[in-house]
Amino acid sequence: MAFTRPDNRKVNDFRDIEAKAGIIKRADGSGYFRIGKTVAYAAVYGPRDLYPRFLQNPQKGILRCSYNMMPFSGSGERVRPGTNRRSREISHVTEKALLPVLDLTEFPNAVVDVFIELPQTDAGTRCAGICAASIALADAGIPMRDMVSAIAAGYIGGTALIDVSKEEEDYAGGMADIPIALLPRTGEITLLQMDGIMPKDQLKKAIMLAKEACKKIITVQQKALKEKYGRW
Amino acid sequence: MVVKTSKQRMLEFFAKGFRLDGRKLNEFRNVQVETGISPNAEGSSRVKIGDTEVLAGVKLELGTPYPDKPDEGTIMVGAELLPLSSPDFEAGPPGIGAIELARVVDRGIREAAVIDFKRLCITPGEKAWIVVIDIISVNDDGNLFDAAALAAIAAVKNCRFPEISDGVIDYKSTTEEKLPLNEESVEVTVHKIGGTIFIDPSLAEEQLSEARLTVAVTKEGDLCALQKGGDFPLVEEDIYAMIDLAVEKSKELRKLI
Repeated sequence: MAFTRPDNRKVNDFRDIEAKAGIIKRADGSGYFRIGKTVAYAAVYGPRDLYPRFLQNPQKGILRCSYNMMPFSGSGERVRPGTNRRSREISHVTEKALLPVLDLTEFPNAVVDVFIELPQTDAGTRCAGICAASIALADAGIPMRDMVSAIAAGYIGGTALIDVSKEEEDYAGGMADIPIALLPRTGEITLLQMDGIMPKDQLKKAIMLAKEACKKIITVQQKALKEKYGRW
Repeated sequence: MVVKTSKQRMLEFFAKGFRLDGRKLNEFRNVQVETGISPNAEGSSRVKIGDTEVLAGVKLELGTPYPDKPDEGTIMVGAELLPLSSPDFEAGPPGIGAIELARVVDRGIREAAVIDFKRLCITPGEKAWIVVIDIISVNDDGNLFDAAALAAIAAVKNCRFPEISDGVIDYKSTTEEKLPLNEESVEVTVHKIGGTIFIDPSLAEEQLSEARLTVAVTKEGDLCALQKGGDFPLVEEDIYAMIDLAVEKSKELRKLI
């Protein structure tokens, strides 16, 4: 029997999304991205001097991302403040997801800091963070060749689908979770992770669904920037 | 000392289908798996891939099950990239390299349900076995990822329960009872430089790698974990070619455990 989504979405439906640019005034750039009940803020500071000095790269600037869930943001117990192995890995893969679109050659020895904070989560947090960060980097005027969109695909009850919710993530029959970030224009994939058992042909289906979804999501990210800068 | 190889030269060889050390693109170095290398550990292994060497040890502990899974034990995976094993590793708390390595190995085992967590439970809500897997690098000559994952699964298979007396583990008395295993997942990492994909990078190849994809594969050839790394993006065709290669090569590694 095919898996029915708890909120009756089709396999290629993502939850309602909302994006804003420039929501944190003190930051050099900022973004807001909401998908269903998952909310991400991103703020960009920099390019600015990087200390300690040994981290500096005299060839080009570096990107430093920090992903954090607020203590009250999870569906279960309080999330203990501070970094943990999970958040450090997500920060790392977020950097790798965003770096291919950035040109930091003009900023030797500098850092571009991206702070991603989640006040409310319902799965798909790293992907929402990447969408928000992409808006924030563009808002900060960092040289970019493209924007990055991201969506969490999944494989549940024999079906590949996109935008897995927490309720679906906890599906008793088991599932695979596949966060994907890509450049919708070129199809280049900059983040790909997967946990859970799935046949490899279903991964193709999931990536195809993610590509289609990101083509739509990027227009919402771009619209957020146009709303802020539209008067030009 | 690592001789910095020119990328140009490496790509010339790749175009002919070979590597600087004479291997084919889809060829592992000599892989050796040895188990029971630390009798004090409940399970242990040493994996060598060429000159890369990794040790893995399993210690069993008694702990309280997680509140959301009161009838299950669990695993913990840690990795240490020792300063002993490379001039590039520094002392101190685990850096992002060690964290990513441990988490990718953890997912390959956890997500494939290699260990039957329910059978690790002793008293629901109160007491269960915790399988603690520590992975230590002894020499980094490239491809620590595959060496670490292989060492972990070999150590898990090698693990035997100790006795429990009066509710406390007696580490000195080992039983013949093995961990309850359902599955054996194997990880293969495929790298890309220029337009070429290949497995089991030497240190020089790893330093020049543009993108990598670690693929954890079950006995049936299904996928159970993926992790993309590296600074360059991949297109869909790359990903499918990398997965096909990893699934194929996983069969070779599987014979060794």
